[in-house]
Amino acid sequence: MKIKIVEQSFMPLQEVDIYQQTATTFAGKFGATNIFIGTMRDFNDGNSVKGLTLEYYPGMTENYLEKIANTAMEQWKILDILLIHRVGKLSPNEAIVLIAVWASHRGDAFDACRYLMEDLKSKAPFWKKEQLATGSRWVKTNTSGYESGKK
Amino acid sequence: MLINIRYFASLKEVLAKSEDSLETNKHLTAKDVWSELNPNQIMPDNTLVAINKTYATWNEELKSGDEVAFFPPVTGG
Repeated sequence: MKIKIVEQSFMPLQEVDIYQQTATTFAGKFGATNIFIGTMRDFNDGNSVKGLTLEYYPGMTENYLEKIANTAMEQWKILDILLIHRVGKLSPNEAIVLIAVWASHRGDAFDACRYLMEDLKSKAPFWKKEQLATGSRWVKTNTSGYESGKK
Repeated sequence: MLINIRYFASLKEVLAKSEDSLETNKHLTAKDVWSELNPNQIMPDNTLVAINKTYATWNEELKSGDEVAFFPPVTGG
């Protein structure tokens, strides 16, 4: 299991490839890899968005992500998790978050990945501030978790 | 006892500070800490609190050396 918070732009699919190639714990055992990539849009709430600043709470954010990754490992039959989240200044088209889940079978990989993403969005301490043509604004809304996210 | 305080995101901007500290002999909860340090600033309804980098409840009594963090709803991912 690997959890990283990064300040520089990253290539999510390359990260998955490298992690999978170097992982020894699940080589030969996985039949399903579920990958979620969240990317910065250039629009939100009817406005053009030129940039994004992502703030986090060093220490608490990593602890929280580790906690939900451990929960996912206990709750589903999955083999490994790679989770990378960007912080700092971002531009449109850059990856914000990557969650990759390896499992023997697809059901567990899908469900665990969905759980991780919904929980991260509703509880992990990150905050987005958008840069618009007219100034900047904090994003105020989040989604309310795994159960409502499924609907 | 000494309590260390952190503020994040929009709260940090509204209060114009990211950190505080409070030396006190009183038994305080996180909510009391806010009132002591920001008597003229009403806490936004949706404010969240963490103690020692873990989500906490408002009525948890603090110990010396605790770090209390106040922040708005999270918006990552």
